[in-house]
Amino acid sequence: MWRFVGYRLLQAIPVLLVVITVTFFLVRAAPGGPFSSEKAVIPEVKAALEAQYGLNLTLFQQYTSYLSDLTKGDLGPSFKYPGRSVNELIAAGFPVTAELGFYALLVALSIGGVAGIIASLRPNTAQDYIPMSAAMIGICMPSFLLGPILILVFGIYLEWLPVSGWGDIPGDKILPAVTLGSTYAAYVARLSRAGMLEVMSQDYIRTARAKGLPEWQVVTRHALRGGLIPVVAFLGPAFAGLLSGSFVVETIFQIPGLGRFYVQAAFNRDYTMILGATVFLATLIVVFNLLSDILAAWMNPRLRAQFAEQ
Amino acid sequence: MTTPVIANIIEAEQGTSLWQDAWLRLSRNRLALFGLAVLVLFILIATLTPWIAPYSYTQHNLDLGATPPSAAHWLGTDIFGRDMLTQIMYGGRISLAVGFIATAVALLIGITWGAIAGYAGGRVDAVMMRMVDIIYALPFMIFIVLLMVVFGRNMLLLFLAIGAVEWLTMARIMRSQVQSLRQQEFVEAAISLGLSPATIVRRHLIPNALGPIIVYTTLTIPSVMLLEAFLSFLGLGVQPPQTSWGLLISFGAESMEEYPWLLLYPGIAMTLTLFSLNFLGDGLRDALDVRGAKD
Repeated sequence: MWRFVGYRLLQAIPVLLVVITVTFFLVRAAPGGPFSSEKAVIPEVKAALEAQYGLNLTLFQQYTSYLSDLTKGDLGPSFKYPGRSVNELIAAGFPVTAELGFYALLVALSIGGVAGIIASLRPNTAQDYIPMSAAMIGICMPSFLLGPILILVFGIYLEWLPVSGWGDIPGDKILPAVTLGSTYAAYVARLSRAGMLEVMSQDYIRTARAKGLPEWQVVTRHALRGGLIPVVAFLGPAFAGLLSGSFVVETIFQIPGLGRFYVQAAFNRDYTMILGATVFLATLIVVFNLLSDILAAWMNPRLRAQFAEQ
Repeated sequence: MTTPVIANIIEAEQGTSLWQDAWLRLSRNRLALFGLAVLVLFILIATLTPWIAPYSYTQHNLDLGATPPSAAHWLGTDIFGRDMLTQIMYGGRISLAVGFIATAVALLIGITWGAIAGYAGGRVDAVMMRMVDIIYALPFMIFIVLLMVVFGRNMLLLFLAIGAVEWLTMARIMRSQVQSLRQQEFVEAAISLGLSPATIVRRHLIPNALGPIIVYTTLTIPSVMLLEAFLSFLGLGVQPPQTSWGLLISFGAESMEEYPWLLLYPGIAMTLTLFSLNFLGDGLRDALDVRGAKD
């Protein structure tokens, strides 16, 4: 087990390095400097500005100084908001995005998991087809379409729920969380159904039934642990998807989170903000992939045994 | 001189080929057939759009403005008085084109990469697949957004960027196929006949790995189309005066309160296409008995 953790940790390091390096040079390679939009800047002022942001150094010097700042956790200043650092912007936006992502994940796991397990208990009956058809709709209905439709139905026609904001009016967190979570609920439903179907045909389930356990105990005590491994392994990619999905959902519902900052920074060509936010988000995603892989391995006795043997 | 009985036996002996068998199984799957029919219809419409569109793409009428569906404009008009059906038809051309072309890019890179890694084996394979592992772990959605911001919203770049993301799974599938195929006698025979590796891969390995490739392709197209729509919705994908379903949905969402049909019809077109592709992909997977392609 520890070998596995160590191996995956070692693998994460080159990934992070590639992310940081590619992002850095991609942003630096962008046509037009960050100050080129300002009209007729006096050369001295421009030189002073460039010196302040370290743009007068060679590209390689900029890269190494960025890396050394990064190891101290400093993501640098924002080009567009003078006096504010990228760290401050992330600190302001990320808690909101994290909360939204957490609720969306709750929606995905609870609705998707229950639907998938229910479907798997009676395969190829109505109890299977109905939740799985709903899951197919969830997969084919992108968040940027579902969000506006939910707003239209529940916010404008029925007037049950607020249509924008975050934490201002009670209930304004429901629609964004459902919008962001629905696609992943659909994937979780498909994965948990497939995983449960495979587990339910195993010998140890027959043993559990043979010793006279009621069916619900067979499911909860024996089948779930093995059947949900694919779902746990999916959590890493799902987390990455939730973060990028938050770009759209935060834009639709006007939520002041990191996703919306990111899109705005993209339009403002605030390069340091984009660079910092990309490095931050990418690191998070790599860490979450690592955690979900480790958790899935820990739940899977076969994989544990395989690494114990080596 | 064969008697009818023997002819019957020969016919039965010949049986059905893999493809006939697969087609038979697919044709029993009503959802997959429905998907195939919708898809063929949409592709036909997209191809013929310049000739069959009810109005010209640029024709607008500011005095008319947004009107609900009517006899003259079956799906209504948008705020500039443009015919929605025409807009959706032209948008579909771009959305479908992005889906197919970016998938083709992904196929080309993925098949080549996977075939080389699987055929070469050993250290070459280890290095190539480790690279795939590393790229796999990169947060691509964010990179594509970054790419579109940095280098401008260029259609060619969009194809390349999306294709560059989607080739990884294809490479993995192709590699495992080639690995198991190259152990078989007919490949050994081809090697002993002195065929070059490139010819063996092209003539013997790729045709035999076609099943998984087809299934995965069908399932890649919808995810590519979603990606394009996602970018267009954020304003980072297709730009006016060109349009795509993602862009139409984005505009529709802005004025949905007053003119819900502007959101509804492009949404239906997009969802129906994604539905069809997914149903067809699932059906093909069952028909060709491909496991682990994507689920």
